[in-house]
Amino acid sequence: MRPGSEAELAEMVRDATGGLRVRGGGTRPVGSGAGEVLDTTGLSGIHLYEPGALTVVAGAGTPLSEIERRLDAEGQRLAFEPMDHRGLLGTSGDSTIGGVVAANVSGPRRIQAGACRDFLLGVRFVDGQGTVIKNGGRVMKNVTGYDLVKLMAGSRGTLGVLSEVSLKVLPKPEAAATILFDGLDDAQAVRAMARGLGSPFDVTGAAHLPEGPEGHPVTLLRVEGFSGSVDYRADTMAKLFGALPVRVERDPVRVAQLWTDIRDVTSMKGANGDVWRISCKPSDAPALVEALDPTSHIFDWGGGLIWALMPEGTDARTRLGMIDGHATRVRGAGTTPVFPPESAPVAALTRAIRQRFDPRGILNPGSFH
Amino acid sequence: MQMPEPNAAVIARKARIVEMLEAALPGGIIHDEAEVRAYECDALTAYRCPPLAVALPSSTEQVSALLKICHDEGVPVVPRGAGTSLAGGSLPTADSLILGVARMAEVLETDYDNRFIRVQTGRTNLSVTGAVAEDGFFYAPDPSSQLACAIAGNIAMNSGGAHCLKYGVTTNNLMGVTLVLMDGTVVELGGAHLDAGGLDLLGVICGSEGQLGVVTEATLRILHQPEGARPVLIGYDSNEVAGACVSDIIKAGVLPVAIEFMDRPCIRATDAFSGAGYPDCEALLIVEVEGSDAEIDEQLQKITAIARRHNPVELREATDADEAARIWLGRKSAFGAMGSINDYMCLDGTIPVNELPYVLKRISEMSKEFGLEVANVFHAGDGNMHPLILFNANEAGQLELCEDLGAEILKLCVEVGGCLTGEHGVGVEKRDLMHHQYAPQDLEAQMLIKDVFDPKWLLNPAKVFPLDASNARRTAMLAAE
Ligand SMILES: Cc1cc2nc3c(=O)[nH]c(=O)nc-3n(C[C@H](O)[C@H](O)[C@H](O)COP(=O)(O)OP(=O)(O)OC[C@H]3O[C@@H](n4cnc5c(N)ncnc54)[C@H](O)[C@@H]3O)c2cc1C
Repeated sequence: MRPGSEAELAEMVRDATGGLRVRGGGTRPVGSGAGEVLDTTGLSGIHLYEPGALTVVAGAGTPLSEIERRLDAEGQRLAFEPMDHRGLLGTSGDSTIGGVVAANVSGPRRIQAGACRDFLLGVRFVDGQGTVIKNGGRVMKNVTGYDLVKLMAGSRGTLGVLSEVSLKVLPKPEAAATILFDGLDDAQAVRAMARGLGSPFDVTGAAHLPEGPEGHPVTLLRVEGFSGSVDYRADTMAKLFGALPVRVERDPVRVAQLWTDIRDVTSMKGANGDVWRISCKPSDAPALVEALDPTSHIFDWGGGLIWALMPEGTDARTRLGMIDGHATRVRGAGTTPVFPPESAPVAALTRAIRQRFDPRGILNPGSFH
Repeated sequence: MQMPEPNAAVIARKARIVEMLEAALPGGIIHDEAEVRAYECDALTAYRCPPLAVALPSSTEQVSALLKICHDEGVPVVPRGAGTSLAGGSLPTADSLILGVARMAEVLETDYDNRFIRVQTGRTNLSVTGAVAEDGFFYAPDPSSQLACAIAGNIAMNSGGAHCLKYGVTTNNLMGVTLVLMDGTVVELGGAHLDAGGLDLLGVICGSEGQLGVVTEATLRILHQPEGARPVLIGYDSNEVAGACVSDIIKAGVLPVAIEFMDRPCIRATDAFSGAGYPDCEALLIVEVEGSDAEIDEQLQKITAIARRHNPVELREATDADEAARIWLGRKSAFGAMGSINDYMCLDGTIPVNELPYVLKRISEMSKEFGLEVANVFHAGDGNMHPLILFNANEAGQLELCEDLGAEILKLCVEVGGCLTGEHGVGVEKRDLMHHQYAPQDLEAQMLIKDVFDPKWLLNPAKVFPLDASNARRTAMLAAE
């Protein structure tokens, strides 16, 4: 099924007799895979782009690449830096903006600028009964009624099929630099990143690669902005660390490449094993990695995001135990559920919301729980 | 404004209900008719109604026990922080218990390595920053009411502030909450980690106006203070040009922490009141940037270059703290200035930034039509407008006239692609205008969420949703009692 308009989409959902697998570009498949494919790529096109108001409104099936191109032409971008999952998951295709929103896909800049959900201003979607619903709008400040916009971000098509999204965009900075520390162990790295993130220098990326591009551990802090300001902050911050030897990378192409590789977890591309994504309290990260004992791992978000490569079939959750956060299996199969279990009251609320929005249980059956 | 009939059966059982509540919270229940009057309204003082009783618990467990009693007895509950809502969000009903968190103001945990603070939600906004300021940190959302308003109300209203252009509003700085549902269930959402593992329920709680649960604790993101900040004042002889300047600044990639806009009526009133020394012009912008001295210079150079291209009648850069304070003086006294002239009503619509000139022109035409003066002061960077309508509350019919004009202005905001409220919330004030922004099925989807969290519809009744939209549910719940 490939609706060409929102009205058609509503009709198809209304008339559906069995499960529907909502599919954008197919670069991040969700759920158990049962049901007929509902392809959203017919809902494509940028409906409104107002660079002076920092807003873009687009059909949910619009390719991400198309949006990024249009923004780039005006010197703007999606500041939440959506990850490209294709390498890691071995998928192909063209990611859609609706898919990005439905999975709340964000990148390294999430720690400073916010996640996809923080930039999502409004949604239109079709619920499990085929009703068209809108929430939010296209202005940056809006508290009119309940915030279903946040609810839809990351709901993975389980509450409704997105038909249109509006997003806040930001100007691309003139310059970027990255401070690199060599040879830190996990604990030292997390402390260094905390130092950078807790400084007044507006760090927009903080990551640690135990096996960096040159084979040894490297810890990275990124600053972005006007060139004078970037130089000033990179140099001042480098001095913060006293005896710790640091390098500063200022070449724009190399800086961009470093962060694309972190964003897309390139180091685990093609490697054997399952990939787990753990969201945690940053200072807990070194101990959690010790408990996990992964084949390899990297830290993003100052340690608040751990990517761990585990031998196939490992249940990372039993190794982690109770944590402030949660673990999701992003790649791999097995009996352990993909999504983290929730506390009894949260699970009850989630079930009840899904039941209300999709009483027939036809939207992406098998995702979440 | 219409409110539903209070539940007579609940009022008739007042003595028994108070007795049960007192058993759960000895000495913490106010029920004397004169004493409960202190809670009869919030900052929207035009509407008042003394509650049945008031409870001031000091722990999550107590909140849970009180809610369970109210749930079982069918008593509506109105959560309350500091009562500074401008939308009537904490306005009681005669059959309700006011559940105030003012006695819950502790800092529970401060963690600089992980950049968060965990507090009880009765703590005031400013004192959250106060708890970390000595160590160089701050909590970013800063509503003008920050000295008085509580984190509880900030979360319920998803409050903004002067600096949200750069730092976002409450929802962008909220990491976790402890929430007590109407039946007494305690729920933990989020924490010291980022992002939800499942549905983003935290995102729904923020801005739900006290209708889904009572928030007793919150984990808030804190940031290191910037090295410095400096404003520049720019005057223009037309709103269009000022609007174009704002748009050009944003497009140029400068991200100021604040861009404030005042129109002529506001400039004149604030200048006369504060002696700020503002030029007498059509539109004034205050643009503030942050960073080290050199970084500030770099940004201000870009901003003033853009401003000059639009031929300003005045361009004043602050060279020291004193001058900076003078630039902000008038803006910060805007509400006081209006209050000294007359009674006023403060609106809070948001519009797409590019619609600014048109909307200002329409407002000035409507102001003439209604014969009520309107002054505009607002956060121009994000299009959040605060038109202030002046009226005389002692003159019969003026409040109603003012409310009518306010409604027309808010409808205009929706018409041009904006919304009814950018940061103050719907409450009772904008409840009946919701039909202008949302179709019935859009409201229905929101009410489904309410059904899930508060199946008996007891929390903060008769707010947010137009009474006709929520009527069927309210009558069904009463019939089921
Ligand atoms: C002079 C002035 C200036 C203002 N400036 C701004 C501004 O710049 N930006 C802005 O956004 N707002 C502003 N406001 C509005 C107001 O201050 C905010 O809405 C504030 O967040 C309300 O906080 P409060 O603690 O006073 O909440 P209250 O008025 O007590 O309650 C507000 C809402 O929160 C709910 N609530 C309270 N406590 C809880 C709880 N524990 N759990 C669940 N729900 C709860 C209430 O039921 C109600 O719906 C201003 C108000 C005034 C009077």
